[in-house]
Amino acid sequence: MKSAPFAYHRPGSVADAVEVLAAGDAKVLAGGQSLVPVLAMRLGRPGTLVDVTALPELGGLGIADDELRVGAAVRQRRVERDPTTARVPLIGRAMPFVGHRELRSRGTVCGSLAHADPAAELPAVAACVGAIVEVTGPRGDREVAAAELVTGAMTTVVGADELITAVRFPTAGRGEGFGFAEIARRHGDFALAGVAIRVRAVAGAVKDATLAAFGVSDRPVVRDVTDLLAHAVTEPDLRPATDALAADVVDTAGDAHGSTAYRAHLLGVLAARELARAHRQALPGDPS
Amino acid sequence: MNAEPRRWTPARDEDAALVSGTGAFLDDLDPLPGTLVAAVVRSPHPHARIRSADLDRARAYPGVAAVIGPDEVHAAVRPFPLSTATPMPYLPSAVDRARYVGEPVAVVVATDRYVAEDAAELVTVDYEPLDVVVDTRRALEPDAPLLHDEAGTNVATDRTFCFGDVDGAFDAATHTVRGDYTFPRYSSVPMETYGVIARWSEDAEGPAVEVWANFHGPFTMVPVAAGALGLPPSRFRLHVPADIGGSFGIKSGIYPYVVLMALASKHAGRPVRWTEDRIEHLLASSSGAGRVMRFEAAVDDDGGVTALRIDLADDVGAYLRPPEPSTLYRCFGNITGAYDVPAVAIRARAVVTNRAPTGLNRGFGGQQLYFGLERLMDAVATTTGLDVAEVRRRNLVRAFPHRTPTGGLYDSGDYTRALELLVTKGGYDELRARQVAAREAGEHYGVGLALVVDPSGTNIGYVGLATPAADRKPGRDKSGSTEIVRASVDVQGVVTVLLGSVPQGQGHATVARRVAARRLGLPPEQVRARIEMDTAATPWTVTSGSYSSRFAPLVTSAVIAAVDRLAESVRGAATVLLGLPPEAADGLDLADGEIRDPSSGTSCRFRHAAGLLHWDPGALPADLPARTTADGEFRPPEAVAATAEDRINSSLCYGFVAEMVGVRIDPDTLEITLDRVASVHDAGTVLDPVLLEGQVLGALVHGLGGALFEEFRYSDAGQPQSATFLDYLCPTTAETGFELVSDHLASPSPLTPLGAKGCGEGSSMSLPVAIANAVADALGPAGVAIDSLPLHGEALFRLLDRKDH
Repeated sequence: MKSAPFAYHRPGSVADAVEVLAAGDAKVLAGGQSLVPVLAMRLGRPGTLVDVTALPELGGLGIADDELRVGAAVRQRRVERDPTTARVPLIGRAMPFVGHRELRSRGTVCGSLAHADPAAELPAVAACVGAIVEVTGPRGDREVAAAELVTGAMTTVVGADELITAVRFPTAGRGEGFGFAEIARRHGDFALAGVAIRVRAVAGAVKDATLAAFGVSDRPVVRDVTDLLAHAVTEPDLRPATDALAADVVDTAGDAHGSTAYRAHLLGVLAARELARAHRQALPGDPS
Repeated sequence: MNAEPRRWTPARDEDAALVSGTGAFLDDLDPLPGTLVAAVVRSPHPHARIRSADLDRARAYPGVAAVIGPDEVHAAVRPFPLSTATPMPYLPSAVDRARYVGEPVAVVVATDRYVAEDAAELVTVDYEPLDVVVDTRRALEPDAPLLHDEAGTNVATDRTFCFGDVDGAFDAATHTVRGDYTFPRYSSVPMETYGVIARWSEDAEGPAVEVWANFHGPFTMVPVAAGALGLPPSRFRLHVPADIGGSFGIKSGIYPYVVLMALASKHAGRPVRWTEDRIEHLLASSSGAGRVMRFEAAVDDDGGVTALRIDLADDVGAYLRPPEPSTLYRCFGNITGAYDVPAVAIRARAVVTNRAPTGLNRGFGGQQLYFGLERLMDAVATTTGLDVAEVRRRNLVRAFPHRTPTGGLYDSGDYTRALELLVTKGGYDELRARQVAAREAGEHYGVGLALVVDPSGTNIGYVGLATPAADRKPGRDKSGSTEIVRASVDVQGVVTVLLGSVPQGQGHATVARRVAARRLGLPPEQVRARIEMDTAATPWTVTSGSYSSRFAPLVTSAVIAAVDRLAESVRGAATVLLGLPPEAADGLDLADGEIRDPSSGTSCRFRHAAGLLHWDPGALPADLPARTTADGEFRPPEAVAATAEDRINSSLCYGFVAEMVGVRIDPDTLEITLDRVASVHDAGTVLDPVLLEGQVLGALVHGLGGALFEEFRYSDAGQPQSATFLDYLCPTTAETGFELVSDHLASPSPLTPLGAKGCGEGSSMSLPVAIANAVADALGPAGVAIDSLPLHGEALFRLLDRKDH
């Protein structure tokens, strides 16, 4: 379990990094929590690794214009511990499920987005709240909606010569409620099924509700579930609708840890639970 | 506010080095500068004929010193001797056929592991895939693909036994109760993987091999490994470092790699190191045997079990790798478990499949046995309408010593009291009340029990059972399990005990030191324990090693024997210092670092007497010993070879575990949560309560892994599906937060000087089935039967789903 030979670059700037990537056969190395095992098992053998963790341009973490901006070199654990990230409540809800603390101390938020594991939490959270991914490359900078980032298992719209530089999460406003849950064989394992949910209320009524499911398809699946809350707001009442939604959403082949049918069952349960919870939070006074 | 700085007092002498990173494990050692590094090329096919292997490109790769493959192994290595006559030759790597994914096919030796793995990719093997069989029941069918053509069968051993009037008991029975069960393969997943350093050398007396390996025995495998290389054991020297990063039996499967690396060293002309990586470990090291089994009980009016019929078929993987088929026989003497059952019929088969070979795993053979027996006892309760605790209570062994129908001799115990303690302290009634409340709320809650007899200290005579009595060679019996310890005293009176016990992290040095110090009346600081094995210097026998819970019953007994012999010499020296006649030596007391004459009250220091042995032995009368070193051996009583009727007392001591589990199952997600685990142990005299508790916790977590998480799965096509920690799930601290109630009673063994029995394997045998019984109890109203492991949401979903359709 030793990697095949590769060249290692530690660029001094994002421009340097882009230049190395543009030369081809290169892969960005950030926290390495997914990439390094892939190298060790020789499942991937890029000719060059471009280590971006020391780039000062990518180390920023802060809030501006009602957005939390997380640079590509920022470790998950830093985000988890930084008090400002409470402004994006789903991050706090999801982060304890991202691997284990030891992994989060190395892994990066943007790395998780770029890796795009179908069962990963952060791509689903980003897609649920409408985060924006900042990308740079030889053709300049561009922005990608998180919901459109992932195109398949471990595949994104980010080109081989491009680099994610940051992600911006909208901070939560008044009248927003959130739900997050996942089921895994053990704590820290990739989810068999999981949901991230945001409900927004205005003037005592639901304005919109969004659900992102993960672990159940080849990418996070985002659904507008506003209509569901028009008919039911408690877990038992929501179940028929969430079961139907789950049957529609789940298309993973499944494995020994969770078959397609079990994952669909779990998604129906979790979606109803968390939708009801998010609704209660968004409309605490609502008698129903 | 000058708070005292917090100090940590290690529970064990070994701990300070381990937690400060100064332990020295196999991969930390560099005993032979210039050692090269090996990588192993493994079969990607579960079953394939090897048409040819092209090693030339790998040999030509810069940095490669040697590559060995099928031809080199075929030319130089003899098949390992097996414990049955079935022709299923086993070599350390594939020669004509590969029979499981991960089987070694070639070894590349290079300057470092990176280069070795680069070159390993250049080895080209031409495989002709063959039909595959991975399922035990399928492997038994007459038209199943054969792994070993010359055997004409996949059954490596098939024996039947009958003790007592089994048919009569079944004819007279009020009820007969039957269950079919399947036990999965799983491991203990030691943190440190296999590691070997091997040097082949030649001198005037011919070839010799010197090896460093984290191999904890059994050292029956030393002559086996030497013999495979054509060497006598005297030309095969094994070093085992004091630190082994866990094994729990799994590392007993390392010896084929010792042979392979010795041959690689011969070809490389340099010493060779191989450190197994985690994928290799999960693919091809070892695991407990899988088992399919049928248990049947004859039950009388009162719920008494009057006879058992037991049919066991173990999946041992592609080869009957010694010490298999021992999974079948390790618990032969205690096959009737905690119960007084006068008659038992047994069929024991070991079956080869296209999976990796199996072997020792904590609770060896007992996990599988008790899964069947204790599920069956729940079935007996259901059939008779008795409570699961009551039906067990009625059948318990009550008088000790107790002779089992298979020849076991339960040395001591109080099973009835242990069960009562479990029920009262564990809160059986309280858990039943929780169950009632949960069911009223529409939730699943279950309570499961398991009572197991926990054997310790092997009698290797059980190995003979794989061969019919008529075919066993006269004068070639096997028995016993002698343990030898060497004690010495230095010029300042510091005593050192040298153990050949090759611990895997259990804390042998700590306990041996305290046992010796207590026996000699010395402060622990005046005693040292050394645990490095060097087969050329440390006393050992073929049964030495760290397995079958030998330490507490056997090794500590040998410590007593050794220090007693040493004390005889020191007492003699004391008579000189005290001006007493030599015959007064036996009457002197050892206490507080002194040697005291109880009749006069005079005393001298232990260290002064020791000093006399070193400095002034001329002062000793001629009939007093001058020894400063003494070997003490302990030869277990009652451990004799199997009888002509195939009865065997397969262990020296028999401890006891009574366990209870309460589980909650989320009715929506089907997640299983342990609400409470209660565990009562009787391991005889408690040598060290902290270490005992640690062993119990470790065994519980191991059992938890087998019950809920761990399994080596294979696809029908024979591909392993659990070759990384992404799929092979070990419980972590996050999964072990259950409430634990534990207690002990102590029924000292009359067969050992201290009365101590093994304690590290019991809960590995009991917890898997206790959890299964609890889950079965929880889902009983849903009409779901539990007959296999592991249990988790997906498994329960399938069971409930199957029932619905």
